[in-house]
Amino acid sequence: MIVITDVHKRYGATQVLRGCSATVKQGEVVVVCGPSGSGKSTLIKCVNGLVAFDQGTIMVDGVSVGDKRTDLPALRARIGMVFQSFELYPHMTALQNVSLAQIHVLKRSRAEADSRSEQLLARVGLSGKLSDRPGQLSGGQQQRVSIARALAMDPMAMLFDEPTSALDPEMINEVLEVMQALALDGMTMMVVTHEMGFAQRVADRVLFMDNGEILEDTPKAQFFSGASTDRARQFLAKVLSH
Amino acid sequence: MSSFDWDVIARSWPFLAEGMALSALLVAVATAGGLVLGFGLALMRLSSRPLLAAPAAGYVTLIRSVPLVLVLFWFYFLVPLAIGRPIGSLVSALIAFVLFEAAFYCEIIRAGIGSVRAGQTEAALATGMRRGQTLRLIVMPQALRAMTPLLLNQIIIVFQDTSLVYVVALRDFMTAASVVAARDGRPTEMYTLVAVVYLAICFSLSQAVDRYRKERLR
Repeated sequence: MIVITDVHKRYGATQVLRGCSATVKQGEVVVVCGPSGSGKSTLIKCVNGLVAFDQGTIMVDGVSVGDKRTDLPALRARIGMVFQSFELYPHMTALQNVSLAQIHVLKRSRAEADSRSEQLLARVGLSGKLSDRPGQLSGGQQQRVSIARALAMDPMAMLFDEPTSALDPEMINEVLEVMQALALDGMTMMVVTHEMGFAQRVADRVLFMDNGEILEDTPKAQFFSGASTDRARQFLAKVLSH
Repeated sequence: MSSFDWDVIARSWPFLAEGMALSALLVAVATAGGLVLGFGLALMRLSSRPLLAAPAAGYVTLIRSVPLVLVLFWFYFLVPLAIGRPIGSLVSALIAFVLFEAAFYCEIIRAGIGSVRAGQTEAALATGMRRGQTLRLIVMPQALRAMTPLLLNQIIIVFQDTSLVYVVALRDFMTAASVVAARDGRPTEMYTLVAVVYLAICFSLSQAVDRYRKERLR
């Protein structure tokens, strides 16, 4: 489904990605972890072309992301993305947030879009919050709305960029539960996160990144029982001790 | 103080109203035209292509570093030379105002767009929206909220600046009042009137700005 081959990216003098390669198969849940500044967010944003990469290829469902002839908006419409800081539209209600792209990208009628949005907001446990603005919602609720917003496009895969990093501890679980349910439903997911509990419960594979390189790409069990690189073992020791 | 003659205002009212109509026309055209052109300039300045951004930046810097009176003169004297026929004071003043204000609206709009977090654009693009849709549906509505007080402020400034059109022989409200003041020998009454009218209009506009600001803070 997602095939990343030898992707390089530099910002000015800083080399952020140094030849990253990875594959996410249909229905697979891949967790990407690693210390801050390791290039995880940049890599996941390359997958839907939000960040343009300098070298290498990324294929999503057979479409080349870096190809200038690719209709990126059309491709992005089929890949859901959830951001660390939610990025809900503050001038719209929760329902409008979820309906907007359905109406303007998928060309669904407003009634059709709203009914789909209501259904999805109910699925993430927010039936009672349809007409609330993002500012009236807690962080956890906002992140669940933003998951609903991505699901509303009926995506073939979902990208999560540190979805719980901006949340208070007591709200992290409500978001992880929604993501876990999605994973069990068979959604293809690429998740940048430090939540190793989540990785242990639902990931198929774990990628460990450091300094712009993917140092480990291993099945979950193997990653947690005995990561092959020192760097990954040190990282695990730190995050698991919390 | 029996020497005051407030009746002069009533007597000359039609003449003054004509001046006010011209001021209003200048404000309306300068604001509408300046906003449209300023929006285009702002998009150019925000573009990542230097071929678009540099000319817009140069234009804004140039206009902002010359006085409005000079721009009024330029268009009044130079445009007829350039196109070979007179264009009249009103047209030249309208063009000068639009081109002058566009530079200021450009900066206001640019700052407004800049105040919207980049993540908002990313989020909209990630759902498959195109650049234009993102700008129209996500960025501009939020930018407009940030910009409204500054835009209203600029309208107040334009209104005050309309008094400068006397240099190209146009009669705005202020100029009309000076004419009456000189003709009837009533400067005290006329200039008091001008002050009161400007104060009333500008004060109520700035009150509107304040109310808007307070409402946003709630």
